[in-house]
Amino acid sequence: MTAWAHALAKALNGERLSAGDALALSQCNDLTLLGAAAHRMRLRHNPEPVVTYIVGRNINYTNVCWVRCRFCAFYRVPGSPEGYVLSVEEVLRKVGEMVAHGGIEILLQGGLNPRLRIEWFEELFGAIKSQYGKDGVILHALSPAEILYIAHISKLPLTECLLRLRAAGLDSIPGGGAEVLTDRVRQQIAPLKTTADEWIGCMREAHRLGIRTTATLMFGSVDTWEDRIEHLLRIRALQDETHGFTAFIPWSFQPDGTDLGGPKAGSFDYLKTLAISRIVLDNVPHFQVSWVTQGPRIAQIALTYGADDFGSTMMEENVVSSAGCVFALGVEEIERLIRAAGYEPCRRTTQYTRLGRG
Amino acid sequence: MPQNKLLEESISDPALRPILDRVLAGERLSREDGLTLARTRDLSGLGTLAHIVRRRLHGNRTYYVRNQHINYTNVCCKHCLFCYFAKNPKDGGPEPYVLSPAQVRKALLRYGDDHVREIHIVGGVNPRLPFDYYLELLATVKAVRPAACIKAFTAVEIAQIAECAGKPLPDVLSELRQAGLEAVPGGGAEVLSERVHDELYPRKLTPNEWLAVSRAIADAGLAQYATMLYGHIETDEERVEHLIRLRALQDATRHFLAFTPLSFHPQGTYLDHLPGPTGQDDLRMIALARLMLDNFPHIKTFWVMNSSAVSQVALCYGADDLDGTIEEYQITFEEGRFGERRQYMTRDELLRLIRETGHVPVERDGLYREVQA
Repeated sequence: MTAWAHALAKALNGERLSAGDALALSQCNDLTLLGAAAHRMRLRHNPEPVVTYIVGRNINYTNVCWVRCRFCAFYRVPGSPEGYVLSVEEVLRKVGEMVAHGGIEILLQGGLNPRLRIEWFEELFGAIKSQYGKDGVILHALSPAEILYIAHISKLPLTECLLRLRAAGLDSIPGGGAEVLTDRVRQQIAPLKTTADEWIGCMREAHRLGIRTTATLMFGSVDTWEDRIEHLLRIRALQDETHGFTAFIPWSFQPDGTDLGGPKAGSFDYLKTLAISRIVLDNVPHFQVSWVTQGPRIAQIALTYGADDFGSTMMEENVVSSAGCVFALGVEEIERLIRAAGYEPCRRTTQYTRLGRG
Repeated sequence: MPQNKLLEESISDPALRPILDRVLAGERLSREDGLTLARTRDLSGLGTLAHIVRRRLHGNRTYYVRNQHINYTNVCCKHCLFCYFAKNPKDGGPEPYVLSPAQVRKALLRYGDDHVREIHIVGGVNPRLPFDYYLELLATVKAVRPAACIKAFTAVEIAQIAECAGKPLPDVLSELRQAGLEAVPGGGAEVLSERVHDELYPRKLTPNEWLAVSRAIADAGLAQYATMLYGHIETDEERVEHLIRLRALQDATRHFLAFTPLSFHPQGTYLDHLPGPTGQDDLRMIALARLMLDNFPHIKTFWVMNSSAVSQVALCYGADDLDGTIEEYQITFEEGRFGERRQYMTRDELLRLIRETGHVPVERDGLYREVQA
């Protein structure tokens, strides 16, 4: 029996995989076998024939960022004439449009903008909550890199920064900016960004304070399978400690228009990475498909590779669309794709509480 | 291939387990097996079964071709409801055209690439074109691309060519062959079902007529491809029936090279109220075809319709051929009509898609002869 077949048998048995097992599994190109093992792990966490999704909106409050990640086509450096910061009124208008569409989750992310200190966020969050809190709007906002930077320029300890943001209305933290949590990869693609330890440290603190978060993986740039697996094992170790991650979302680097450039990982690599992530992360309850990067056809297929959630309706997307990746999906189409895959669609909150028909 | 126990454990639908035994034993699958496969919700299990067969036939090899499509006319008297070419210009359909031999020559030379190994020629069924037009078309292509294999005129077009020539079908096929025709593309069969024929394309060849023309194509010593247009009104039974009818003909003729499921795209047709197939439907059809068509050497995934993303994954669901670079395909999508969709791929892109799956790319010509580097 090959090493990967041995690892796959272990996974099918429900045993936890070691780093060596996971690496062996990455040698398997029998995609459907990986899918079957990932689906078994999905059923362990989510046995019902239901696929959830959330009606929400993505808002990018600023594109100004000094970090210059080489995989990003969205940012503009401070001082650039193409830089923008949305006003509170503009953000409120966007939130209002989402509420009118029956949406509940605002995914709010931007750049590391030296002009935006904690007071700016407190005012923004406060305005959103006072106007739309009654509509149940959930603020899923600010990746660890942003939070650590806000704490830094506001001269606050991380804990205090998180507590103040939460007091102002922060409900949950998206797992963006993780990219690949190995310093070898980060040195090459984002040398000025938070280190892997800092990202993990910020999430640990958020979880300790009771703030739930997601985690992501951006693969397909300079990373090897060793890097991807190290990333997964770091997430798994923190999850063992805190149980604060609600979901994991792998997606592929979109190279067009970025400094890094190069070829784009294919759908094969996406499904394989999704499946191995689902198998290895035996303690993370939910896995989202990335229809924004993979398109509706592959996203639907991903429901047989361990994913149990279709993510957010988004309404607008500005980051990967800057890198030439443009897909749009409405609620009806998301529900059709889920039903055609043999599942019942169900709306959810950011915390994965299922909602009735609304 | 991993041991059988692992395969068994990876198949979650118990109804697929007896089929696994038959697949491992290399036995022919029945109509009932076909229906079980068409209806299972265990898409991974279905793919696993199809991949066993694909591996047995082709190992790690995945074929591709450097080819060019020529759609010589969009004028068509068949008015099939699923076809964008059938749509009247005043309803948003395309403006009618017929390419002259000079225009075809120009289109062929546009890419200045003598590595092209297959010229794929199909068009509407245009009763105004004389027999000489087709002979001249073939002669033009042969003169410009002598190294390329000419794959031209579906069975439906061939029936029309015989009619305009006013000669018996075998004579016409022999003349076309002498003019350079080597293989016949698979379009026009749609779904080999009398019911679907009568509802969507009543003016086209009936299923029995299509099969009869195909038999004549085989008798003339020509190779042929086969397709099925799926994802509109056909039932699971009709899908399986289509494959069984093709399989039966192939038992007798052995002249089919490959089968390609064609994913229906409703946009811009008279059936645009239908949603069209999903990514899972596309993989299911590839796998079903690989398992039922045990006497077809190749299963091809047509990336123009399936998308390159789904086609790459289809290489693990029974497909062994990614088709080609494809220049100038106009039937499903007119250029720019649906925004971002591209009608060509570079060879490097094709190679990268194949290699990422762990497969070895093999360049072929229109008759699946390996092209030596």
